[in-house]
Amino acid sequence: MAEFHLTTPLTDADTTQLTAGDVVFITGTIYTARDAAHKRLMDLIDSGVQLPFPLEGSIIYYVGPSPAPPGRPIGAAGPTTSYRMDSYAPRLHALGQKASIGKGKRSDEVKAALRENMAVYFGATGGAGALLSKCITAARVIAFDDLGPEAIRELTVENFPVLVINDTKGGELYAKPDLAAVGLD
Amino acid sequence: MRTIQASDITDTVASMVRDAGVRLPDDVKAAFRRHMREETTPAAKEIFRQLLENAELAEETGLPLCQDCGLAVFFVEIGEDVRVEGSLKQAIEQGMIRAYAEGYLRKSSCDPMTRANTGDNSPAIIHFDFVPGDRIRIAFMAKGGGSENMSRVTMLTPAQGWKGIREFVLRRVVEAGPNPCPPIMLGIGIGGTFEKAPVMAKHALLRGLEDRHPDPAVAKMEDELLADINRLGIGPMGLGGATTCLGVKIEMAPCHIASLPLAVNVQCHSIRHREVVI
Ligand code: SF4
Repeated sequence: MAEFHLTTPLTDADTTQLTAGDVVFITGTIYTARDAAHKRLMDLIDSGVQLPFPLEGSIIYYVGPSPAPPGRPIGAAGPTTSYRMDSYAPRLHALGQKASIGKGKRSDEVKAALRENMAVYFGATGGAGALLSKCITAARVIAFDDLGPEAIRELTVENFPVLVINDTKGGELYAKPDLAAVGLD
Repeated sequence: MRTIQASDITDTVASMVRDAGVRLPDDVKAAFRRHMREETTPAAKEIFRQLLENAELAEETGLPLCQDCGLAVFFVEIGEDVRVEGSLKQAIEQGMIRAYAEGYLRKSSCDPMTRANTGDNSPAIIHFDFVPGDRIRIAFMAKGGGSENMSRVTMLTPAQGWKGIREFVLRRVVEAGPNPCPPIMLGIGIGGTFEKAPVMAKHALLRGLEDRHPDPAVAKMEDELLADINRLGIGPMGLGGATTCLGVKIEMAPCHIASLPLAVNVQCHSIRHREVVI
């Protein structure tokens, strides 16, 4: 279990050195998008329109933050469950997205896309929304303002802590449930 | 007949909802501390450390514990000898709306098909019941989507019995894995009808983590399930460890001779609920 400090945008050299279980601190710019925003990104790609942010080397954070109280750049901002974005992720990875940040399991299709495109899946601590917001120093909506919490935001992050859940070589961090211990198989 | 002003109910609900979003109940914090000591791997310990720090920070800053401030679910018991001056339902809803706006809580309620956000977290999901007396008991729970999505209802056959219940619950937890932000809490409804079972499962989530079911037979079922789930080794955030589940709470009701309804409501570690008696 190694520790890395990475700066965005990510390169192949950044991602291929990572192994499931590594701790990574991200500094730079990351983009938020969850269910509704992903659907719209697909529509933009289908119609050949330029996306609101450069996908090349990008990190997409699956989050719908709570509203920013006065004097803060953002409200609570922990990860949302990633599998809902599984149907969109392979296409985005093929177009240059290098990493996503979320929580929970990914589909086999996403894991294959990670291997093919030298991309990784990071996990952040679910439910630690107040804590994680401390590493976000600036936030602004860059697309789909009407989606409210689901709008696409550009976040400036400093040492944002994540774990490598799925790496570029097919490694996965999540524990395999011990079915035998409870008499199931 | 006692009379209560609707505006008083709105004020009370507003403050309880707001408080629930930022302050984790003491029993949950105590459970985090205990499990942090008992976990043996650095990753599992670290998750609990972060959750405790998150809870502290939320209290200090007034930021919500989690960005998913949930749909607002209420269980309301109305004394048969109490009258509300104004609309009880509106009073609760207005209190909730005010809390989500003033507390900078995220509004997550949307149209199921267009997905357009309703903008104020309405409607509140309210379950009413009538009880003897001249008081109103209002219990509130902020129910996050990630854990709610992992919940399931099924209709078992009577022959499947406890073995079938146990297997369904364990398989559900395995299937959910890291998705619902473990360590989880489980509310389980056994019996009733197709719609009654999940309401019981949700209601069961209002109980404290240390709360023992008054019926020793049911308490034993809860203990057994809790021990089994924690044998699975899924652990905090799915990273492995001894704490997959913090508590199992069961509610039961008689059912049809042909049926065995079963509902499993998954609650994440962000167990946000409050109760007031007016
Ligand atoms: S499952 Fe619970 S802790 Fe996790 S993101 Fe949803 S509301 Fe927050």
